[in-house]
Amino acid sequence: MSTATEPQTVMLPMVAAINRAIDEAMTKDPRVIVLGEDVADSEGGGVYKATMGLSTTHGTDRVRSTPISEQAIVGAAIGAAIAGFRPIAEIMMFDFIAVAMDQVCNHAAKLRYMSGSQTAVPITIRCSAGAGMQFGAQHSDMLEAWLCHVPGLKVVIPSNPADAKGLLTSCIFDEDPCVFVEQTMSYFLPGPVPVGEHVVPLGQAAVRREGTDLTIVSYGRQVNDCLRASDALAQDGIEAEVLDLRSLVPLDLDRVLTSVAKTRRALVVHEAVTRCGFGAELSAQITEHLFDSLAGPVARLGAKNVPVPYSMPLERAYLPGRAEIVDAARRVVEH
Amino acid sequence: MTPDRVALLGMFETATKIKQCDERFRLLLASGQIVCTYYSPRGQEIIPSAFSVLLRPDDYMVTTYRGLHDHIGKGVDLRGLWAEFLGKRSGTCKGKGGPMHVTDPTSGLMVTTGIVGSGLPIANGFGLAAKLAGTDQVTVVNFGDGASNIGAFHEALNLAAVWKLPVIFMCQNNRYAEHTKLADGTSVERIAMRAAAYGIPGVTVDGNDPIAMYEAAATAVRRARSGEGPTLLEGITYRFFGHIMGDDMKYQPAEERQAAMDADPVPAFRVWLLAEGVAEEVDLAEIEQRCDAAIDDAVAYALAAELPSPDELEDDVYAENLA
Ligand SMILES: Cc1ncc(C[n+]2csc(CCOP(=O)(O)OP(=O)(O)O)c2C)c(N)n1
Ligand SMILES: [Mg+2]
Repeated sequence: MSTATEPQTVMLPMVAAINRAIDEAMTKDPRVIVLGEDVADSEGGGVYKATMGLSTTHGTDRVRSTPISEQAIVGAAIGAAIAGFRPIAEIMMFDFIAVAMDQVCNHAAKLRYMSGSQTAVPITIRCSAGAGMQFGAQHSDMLEAWLCHVPGLKVVIPSNPADAKGLLTSCIFDEDPCVFVEQTMSYFLPGPVPVGEHVVPLGQAAVRREGTDLTIVSYGRQVNDCLRASDALAQDGIEAEVLDLRSLVPLDLDRVLTSVAKTRRALVVHEAVTRCGFGAELSAQITEHLFDSLAGPVARLGAKNVPVPYSMPLERAYLPGRAEIVDAARRVVEH
Repeated sequence: MTPDRVALLGMFETATKIKQCDERFRLLLASGQIVCTYYSPRGQEIIPSAFSVLLRPDDYMVTTYRGLHDHIGKGVDLRGLWAEFLGKRSGTCKGKGGPMHVTDPTSGLMVTTGIVGSGLPIANGFGLAAKLAGTDQVTVVNFGDGASNIGAFHEALNLAAVWKLPVIFMCQNNRYAEHTKLADGTSVERIAMRAAAYGIPGVTVDGNDPIAMYEAAATAVRRARSGEGPTLLEGITYRFFGHIMGDDMKYQPAEERQAAMDADPVPAFRVWLLAEGVAEEVDLAEIEQRCDAAIDDAVAYALAAELPSPDELEDDVYAENLA
């Protein structure tokens, strides 16, 4: 066991933390390989440079730029995984996973079950995701709820660079297929990242702020908006507890229920559109378990139910922001 | 590369086992003694028979819902196979996969998919794994003529060609995709012509001719094993009993089907082996009896085997069950 001293950290943007996680995993385990469009250095090391340097360090056998063939990328990752590798497949934008859904949902997710655990599919699918960059409707989606609906997949969304490193490491070494969602808006925000091995287990939510008046459950970059909203709420004497789920499957339901049992009020916040979003699932779970002790209905705040718009005022109106979180939290408390 | 006597008799044994297994399945299904979805491979026995004597157990195979012949050809244990078709706990996949999803890594039968064309991209992954691990394992992925019209076919062949993967794309052209005739859904007369689009060899062969099929398969296997890359192989064949058990086959002209059944490749192979003096009647009769006995044993085993318990429902979704 290591000593109790604080781990050494460096300030890194999330995209660099992701790069470190992959680099360290590849150094540690020769079975880790990377597949994706333009991921090798001769193609620029990924459109967001998340894989920059990796093909130079680990070779183009293990860091492989692919044709524009999402089904072929995920399919090859699946086959190689069954045969003993730990592939990381990069799907450039979350929206593009639609093109590979058969491989993701019918194969990666189901092959362990259909084979009675004779084969496993330990792949990690990394996707850049989310709105806020004016990329328009086909380069901005948050589709995590689609994937949470498919038994066999794990779904992970980090809120900060340190978690990005630790959670991605867990995904790479997990025995099952993980979809790792990287919000582009978070890529370049720096944060302290532990140097060397850093593992954040899947299925452990983090309490980012303690409070007594309501629980705000969130994940991904919206956790940071929830924290800023909580500061504003505190000025009105409302103390919010903010939970960062970190992984949606597996879900740390215990942590959520413990918090809501204490505050008796809950608001779920995510970037994805509200309708049939993960907030609906959480709301149902909280209500089923804590109906009698809730002081009011569980509230949900997500994006508006429209395709992601291009124009800046429209995109801003689409996304839930700090002001909407403050308003929603007030309504929950005043109920 | 012509097959020697051992190879020929091995092929005959595989073909016989497939034919007899299929006959037994259809008999038990028709008489209501068993219930399962069933896609008969009858008429397509020769293609997997060739691979049965060319592949090693550590070579990989991927196939489809019409996969019984490929399962047997790759050497999946008959007991486990029958038990899986009947949904029994001792089936290859604990009854969780069923006829369309047999996996048996011991014999190298890695994936059976029910999604048309989806096996091709996955086969590339096995090829990539062998290449990265520096082994000389090859991967054979079987699919139908109809599957060559799905997007995954294009992505997979292109990638296999670009990466020179040791994968054999085995198109079993039985001339129908469900109820659609080849010409009504496919832009080319020969699917192997499509190999030109990827700059890889495309070979059409009579998939019911044991010698031609063996030679074409042997060439493709040798090419893959020596690191020269993929081949698109097309075996022309015919399915005798429609798309799925219960199919009325109205879309298949009766004369066409009759002609195909008159040219049944398994008895034709038998006649040829005797005529060429490769084997005596007793040799072949012994093989047939051995297959029959193995099937008797597998059927008895599968019928007597236990069904899974509902307690097992939530196991095998993840390595560790989630809370
Ligand atoms: C993606 C997809 N679309 C449709 C189907 C339904 N379906 C099952 S088999 C089949 C025909 C496939 O024909 P072919 O590839 O020639 O194979 P064969 O059944 O003749 O062996 C169809 C349309 C399916 N299983 N998967
Ligand atoms: Mg067909």
